[in-house]
Amino acid sequence: MTLDQVVPGSAVIIEQVGGARSFRRRLMELGLIPGIKVEVLRIAPFGDPLELSVRGCNLSIRAAEAKQVVAKRVEVEPLEAALPASVAASNPPASASAGSARVPSRAWESARPRAVSGLAKSAP
Amino acid sequence: MTADPDLREDLPHNEAAGASAAAADALARTAGLPLLLLVGNPNVGKTSLFNRMARRNERVGNYPGVTVERRTAEMALPGGRRALLADVPGAYSLSARSSEEQIAVQAVLGWADNPRPDLVIVVVDAGQLVRNLYLVLQLIELRVPLLVALNMVDEAGERAPDPRALSDALGVTCVATNARSGAGLDELSRAILERLERARPPRLHVRYPQELLRDADAIADALPEEWRGSVERDRALALWALTSLEPDDELVGIPEALRQRCAQVLERAAARDVDREIIESRYHALEALLPGVVKPPDRPQKAAPSRTERIDRVLLHPAYGFLVFLAIMLVVFQSLFAWADPVMGGIESLFGAVHELCSSLLPAGFFQDLLTKGVIDGVGNVVVFLPQICLLFLFIGLLEDSGYMARVAYLMDRALRSVGLHGRAFVPMMSGFACAVPAIMATRTMERRRDRLLTMLVVPLMSCSARLPVYTLIIGALFPPSRFLGVLPVQGLLMVAMYLFSTCIALIAAAVLGRTVVRGSSVPLILELPPYRWPGLPNVLHLMWLRARAFLSEAGTVILGFTIVMWVLLSYPKLPEPVAPPPAAVPAAAAVPSTASDPSEPQQSGARAAALEYSFGGRLGKTLEPALAPLGFDWKIGVGIVGAFAAREVFVSTIGMVYGLGDMGDDDAPLRERMRAEMRRDGRPAYTPLVGLSLMVFFALACQCMSTLAVVRRETRSWRWPAFLFAYMTALAWGTSFLVYQGGRLLGF
Repeated sequence: MTLDQVVPGSAVIIEQVGGARSFRRRLMELGLIPGIKVEVLRIAPFGDPLELSVRGCNLSIRAAEAKQVVAKRVEVEPLEAALPASVAASNPPASASAGSARVPSRAWESARPRAVSGLAKSAP
Repeated sequence: MTADPDLREDLPHNEAAGASAAAADALARTAGLPLLLLVGNPNVGKTSLFNRMARRNERVGNYPGVTVERRTAEMALPGGRRALLADVPGAYSLSARSSEEQIAVQAVLGWADNPRPDLVIVVVDAGQLVRNLYLVLQLIELRVPLLVALNMVDEAGERAPDPRALSDALGVTCVATNARSGAGLDELSRAILERLERARPPRLHVRYPQELLRDADAIADALPEEWRGSVERDRALALWALTSLEPDDELVGIPEALRQRCAQVLERAAARDVDREIIESRYHALEALLPGVVKPPDRPQKAAPSRTERIDRVLLHPAYGFLVFLAIMLVVFQSLFAWADPVMGGIESLFGAVHELCSSLLPAGFFQDLLTKGVIDGVGNVVVFLPQICLLFLFIGLLEDSGYMARVAYLMDRALRSVGLHGRAFVPMMSGFACAVPAIMATRTMERRRDRLLTMLVVPLMSCSARLPVYTLIIGALFPPSRFLGVLPVQGLLMVAMYLFSTCIALIAAAVLGRTVVRGSSVPLILELPPYRWPGLPNVLHLMWLRARAFLSEAGTVILGFTIVMWVLLSYPKLPEPVAPPPAAVPAAAAVPSTASDPSEPQQSGARAAALEYSFGGRLGKTLEPALAPLGFDWKIGVGIVGAFAAREVFVSTIGMVYGLGDMGDDDAPLRERMRAEMRRDGRPAYTPLVGLSLMVFFALACQCMSTLAVVRRETRSWRWPAFLFAYMTALAWGTSFLVYQGGRLLGF
């Protein structure tokens, strides 16, 4: 799913950041990189923009850009239990990798699936 | 998405301002003062720290080439030494796309006429460590002499990093500070001195993928000779170029060869995701360093909602969040509209009294007039804006400092974006209902020049309080106090209609200008909603004072000059003695006996009317008559319009003078009578309700305000934009009044 489809109040893990190059770069520089946990806090009164919590920092981006960010579900919040079955079905819970199901809020603990970070060579 | 040529073209206008900032630094340099730069993410307390450290000779200039404020001040170091401290606009990263974003990298590296800093102090929010360290990491890679001020450690609580461990991990001295309380500042000063005397090699090293390093080296080969330094620095610059340069960026001073090389490398690496490689590698390096710096939590707690989150649940709630928003905005608006009024009245009477005093002390003549009607009235015209400016910046300071201003942008983004305005344009637009001068100054809360410019160009269309006396006069004189459909008062409805009309036109103008004159890509929004904090009153008051000072010294001089020009226009040439009754005034004066209240006044008032008619302003009004006739205006209204350039409400007194009425004070009843009785040469009434409507529309849309033009000049540092503002608003006013008047006539009114 994409970030604009996330039910406010639930958390997801970023899989891919898309969009115009400069926007995408800025978003990643703010720490929204693949593997990080993001919570969609709420949507503004006129239906746009949305508010995210990334690494303990609150950011706001518009739905049009949120559409370009691909994410996957991490945990099922009580809120979602009330959703119609069709919505729940279209958003299957995060893949069976149990390690990533509970993602701590601490940035350095971010349970990044190893497969994603093929480029990362810094961590000893 | 195209880079706006206008934005680049503007640069030559700005050079003077930039040169003065550089000159101030140069002066300090000759005194042997080292230059310290204060950089950091937005909302980390950088400004508070600057205010704490700055001791004297504070100057507000501009960065070379852009209208972005550059504050400098001297600070004291241990051992009686001093340094020059300069503030750099908040940035999350050094990579840049616009000329505003480019400031940080230019200031840090000493490019583009910026003096090269001796030390860069990065202010880091201890509660947002990783994101803040991203900027530190970029500076380390560029091998810039660095010092970290670890701010808001107390706020970070358990998550607070250990400064010593962080110093060791980064190879950069880190000092814990609290900009609000001033704690840690002595230690920071000592560290600055130590760091100025002895370099310290940084330690942090990012492991980039091999392919990326090859790309970086290929780009480093294309760097111009004067940019080159150590291998590490060249590589860092290459990475900067790789992430920043795009075919349509708005960066200035980038060599073409470098652009081409970057484009080639990006094309070669099209299959890879270069931006992600760079950014991810950096974040990995930072995350790897954290466990040694921050104490891991004792227990994996399910974090309770933070204080900020609890407040946001109310303030950003779809229903009551909006109510709170409206209530806050109402207070701001009410303060500008009503609370500032008594102070402004007091300032006006004070300057009126000084005017009278000088008139009675000095012999009548040119110098008395120059001093009283030119200089004293001119200074009064400037000072009278201070209450509103101070109030508005007090509120803006409180809103910014508390973190609510970002929420205003968040709440209003959807509504204002549809006409191309930034969410932060709401406060300036709303303030425009009170007065355009503080409102235009308030556009500074927007970072992008394009957003600022667009807001500045439409704010003067909002119906400001100076238009109110004009509307009141016209509505009172020409529209009956009857009720529409038996219930709604016609006069009240008209007043409301004028406000709605001006707001709609302003929004339409924003939509049109945003697509034509101030084009520029609509940038996707990334808005940080910072944690709520208690505003620091000393900071807020200090910034308010800086704004007021800048207005007085820069816009004030222009307003003073305009006042003197207006005085000359409306008083010269003097009538030749003895007073010969000017032919045009005779029929009007003969047709209706003057209604001035004081029986001894008429002759004097008549002479004043004749003098006004004989002046440049009077002649200008007559010259303009052919242009104003299609709008239903005669030359007397023309004189009123010329006089109203000083300030819109002056229309009422100028037109009173044209009709030979005495000093009316606050009561415009005689003038209303006079307007109703005024006839044209052909015997038809000069003022019909249609003429009244046309005149109100003209006043709603025309830029009849020299102070607005002066403050736009101050904010844009060029005469081009005020000239454009005046031209487009006058054309808009003329065209719309023409449609109203001629359309109304066709419909038989």
